[in-house]
Amino acid sequence: MFLSKYITYTKNEATKWPTPNYWDVAAFCLLFGVIILLAWGARQMSLPYQIGQAIPISLDPKFLPMYALRTVMRMFIGLFFALLFTFVFGTWAGKSKRAEKIIIPAIDILQSVPVLSFLAITVTGFIALFRGSMLGPECAAIFVIFTAQAWNMALSFYQSVRTVPQELREAVRIFHLSTWQRFWRLDVPFAMPGLLWNMMMSMSGSWFFVTASEALSVAKQKITLPGVGSYIALAILHADTKAIIYAILTMLVVILLYDQFLFRPLAQWVQKFKFESVEDVTLEQPWVVKLFQRTALLNRLSWLFSTISEKVITLSLLNRSVNYQMQDEESSEHSWVGVVYNIVLGIFIVGSLVTVTYFIATTLTLAELRHLLFLGGCTGLRVMALIVISSLIWVPIGVWIGFRPRFAAIIQPVVQFLAAFPANLAFPVVFLVIVKFHLNVEIWVSPLMVLGTQWYILFNVIAGTNALPKDLKQATETFGVTGWLRWRKLVLPGIFPYFLTGAITAAGGAWNASVIAEVISWGAVNLHATGLGAYIFDASENGDFSHVVLATAIMSLFVISINRLLWRPLYNLAAERFALRS
Amino acid sequence: MPEILESSPPIIRVGDVKKAFKKDRQDMLVLSNVNLELHEGEIVALLGKSGSGKSTLLRIIAGLIPPTSGEVSYHGKAVLGPMRGLAMVFQNFALLPWLTVLQNVELGLEALGVKKDERRSRAIQAIDIVGLDGFESAYPKELSGGMSQRVGLARALVVDPEVLLMDEPFSALDVLTAENLRGDLLDLWQAKKAKIKNILLVTHNIEEAVFLADRILVFGNNPGNVRAELRVDIPHPRHSQDQRFIRIVDSVYDYITMPATMTPGAEYRYKNITMGYRLPNVQASEIIGVLDMMNEPQYRGHKIDLPEFSDELHLDIDDLFPLTEALEVLRFAQVSTGDIELNEAGKIFATVDILERKKIFAQHLLKYIPLASYIRRVLDERPEHHASQERFLGELEDYLSEDVASEVLRVVIDWGRYAEIFAYDYNTGQLSLENPN
Repeated sequence: MFLSKYITYTKNEATKWPTPNYWDVAAFCLLFGVIILLAWGARQMSLPYQIGQAIPISLDPKFLPMYALRTVMRMFIGLFFALLFTFVFGTWAGKSKRAEKIIIPAIDILQSVPVLSFLAITVTGFIALFRGSMLGPECAAIFVIFTAQAWNMALSFYQSVRTVPQELREAVRIFHLSTWQRFWRLDVPFAMPGLLWNMMMSMSGSWFFVTASEALSVAKQKITLPGVGSYIALAILHADTKAIIYAILTMLVVILLYDQFLFRPLAQWVQKFKFESVEDVTLEQPWVVKLFQRTALLNRLSWLFSTISEKVITLSLLNRSVNYQMQDEESSEHSWVGVVYNIVLGIFIVGSLVTVTYFIATTLTLAELRHLLFLGGCTGLRVMALIVISSLIWVPIGVWIGFRPRFAAIIQPVVQFLAAFPANLAFPVVFLVIVKFHLNVEIWVSPLMVLGTQWYILFNVIAGTNALPKDLKQATETFGVTGWLRWRKLVLPGIFPYFLTGAITAAGGAWNASVIAEVISWGAVNLHATGLGAYIFDASENGDFSHVVLATAIMSLFVISINRLLWRPLYNLAAERFALRS
Repeated sequence: MPEILESSPPIIRVGDVKKAFKKDRQDMLVLSNVNLELHEGEIVALLGKSGSGKSTLLRIIAGLIPPTSGEVSYHGKAVLGPMRGLAMVFQNFALLPWLTVLQNVELGLEALGVKKDERRSRAIQAIDIVGLDGFESAYPKELSGGMSQRVGLARALVVDPEVLLMDEPFSALDVLTAENLRGDLLDLWQAKKAKIKNILLVTHNIEEAVFLADRILVFGNNPGNVRAELRVDIPHPRHSQDQRFIRIVDSVYDYITMPATMTPGAEYRYKNITMGYRLPNVQASEIIGVLDMMNEPQYRGHKIDLPEFSDELHLDIDDLFPLTEALEVLRFAQVSTGDIELNEAGKIFATVDILERKKIFAQHLLKYIPLASYIRRVLDERPEHHASQERFLGELEDYLSEDVASEVLRVVIDWGRYAEIFAYDYNTGQLSLENPN
């Protein structure tokens, strides 16, 4: 028991290898290659640029590696800021009851706002901010990616911070850790497993919006930033099937690369932050981890890294010893602070109420509101129908896979790739099918909406089936409970909470994707479905700021109402009735 | 045995501490009028049933939570937050799973801003003292419970505390490991390997308290206060078979079982309980199990010594006393100064078959437990014979805190279901007189 896998983390193994060794050369090239590429990409980002100036995008596949690099860089910069946002706001909401009351509902709403709306609303601002530089549109694109990544990460972090066990909190106080030390020693590590999972999901999610973020339109001007997204947009415009295939291949390679080089090693590393002492998960060591463990130079680098991080954590400047006051569970914050806070908050609420009323009164007519609600209903109907249909398809398949754990291990990375697959890449297929068979556009564009998000249902059903206790499976077998009876009595109730988590995520994602999926184009032809997503898409194409805001607000309203009225009660039911006793 | 310097001023003084938790508009009193002093050179055990507020008191002394009134002082200075000279060992170890043993032990020093080299050497020394050398680079997951608690101890020792606070430090460990660790703690204390001048130990294990402590403070419930103080003047090493040891264990049992109001020698009187009485959290099946046990040949027909009984059943006082209390309020047995004896009803119950048992249980429930008879009356009076549990919960919350009220309701529902005086539907939360269809 004591000789567990962690022993391999100690440096002893490295000393068995000659120094410097062959692995050093390989790892050295790898590391500096990445650094050089990043530096080049950064320079490209800050080149001078004027609006109206055309940025040439070529469909020649030899440019694709460069495009892929720029796209991935945007994603990681977005991820960095999402992480920063998470640390600041997730912690704040987790620590202060007052902040929590505002931040959490705000994130809830922001989550329901379609990513594309953020772009339409903010792009002019960014361009004005960095006048005459490529940084303007770059920032806008990165911001869009950020909005596709940040919310779920912040929520996950907030949940973790709130569930840190009581005894650990007390220990940290008894031993006089400063707020800064506590954050790095307790809160961040405790939240790490959940946070990493959400970061991986966020990366997948941002691929989905890659075309939307790179092919911007400002004041009826098209700006296409060099990247895979723009490449795909151009390929669609030219109805170039071959180019689409190149783009798919590029994506596949890129996702595979960062999965292998970044997320696999991180997932392995994050095992040590798991709080439960589950011993039976034996993850295979990723080859990158093995490589880096075998290199003397890089071992020294990692030692340097850990020393520096320790120095930062113990930095005296940031560790002015806080005199911990005793805290009751009940709030101990000063009452006058509360009064001031409430007054300021009140002013803000009244102010924004006035603004909204003014905005609505000047731009919105009753007929228009009715029209928007109708459109919202159309999209909502599509989302619901899609969730039902994809559940009918994926639940049986997920259960089938879940009962075969070995198969599940193989299928997992494949599904992860499919989840990242941007809807635009499927446009040609859907388009050709619709045109060829004269299908109804209203119905047949819908599958694009769940293209990316249906996988969450599959993921969760597999996980749920896996988690069914073995003795329950065996007990039902001994009593001869099989077939439909077994489904009804064991499988469906057992996976219900998991399924629900998947369905909620899928539904949220489908709303968001409607903006991309309700209007599809191939070459010069456009197919339009009736729905709120198409409305927002058109409004943002025309640079019609106020209608984007309006439609977005309506969509948020729909999403949040459905969450509160349908999903949350169901979720509570699932947690109470169907949670399996461990 | 270290000399206790009682003449010198106390290290810690707890004066008139009261603690109430706010609940709606009511205050739930958890601690009331607690006074105690900790002196140099002694181990003090704070012994009581669970829910008696002893852990709350420990946290007040540690400066983790403020008292509602009263004061804790450390060397004459008021404790307003965690103090430098105090360290704590936790029931569930409270180790950070992502740090190695060494890093966990270094944590407190890191917070104090001790330089890296000194930090390392002091931590290694502390790990040495608790007998864990060789495990510096292990993660807590790799360690057994006993070893984890040793890390917890090393982490506390390394900051050189004057007072060591221990919150049920051995209760999460198995019997043998706990005994082993207790012995090591005592060696460490006697050899003065650390600078600790006082240990305050919270426990619900009577033998543990007698084994370790120089002074035992018996804690009573509702609200928690120090009910009695016993001095243990047996030289170490102490043995549980020693007559003096057994005598002290017996007298601790006496203090715990003696009702607060009872005068010794008076005629036995059953408690008359009210609606808002906090029913002990035991299930009907457990009550019946103990009744059966008490009817075994070796116990039948005479008073049973509680220390012996608890030893036999491997129950510590947290498990045993709720059971004896349940037998008492249901009037199946008499409990007095450390003994328990079945009464007539109890003897009959133990001999009859299951259907007869249910009848007797129902009679006692309706007669002696006001809450049960009240629920039954309400159900009888209603034309539909239905009532929501929320209704009764609301009424119980007039007397009890929210958590306790729902616990008591759960207990009475369990008893009532066994006795078949009413039925309960989990999905709807409805109590009724119907059988499930």
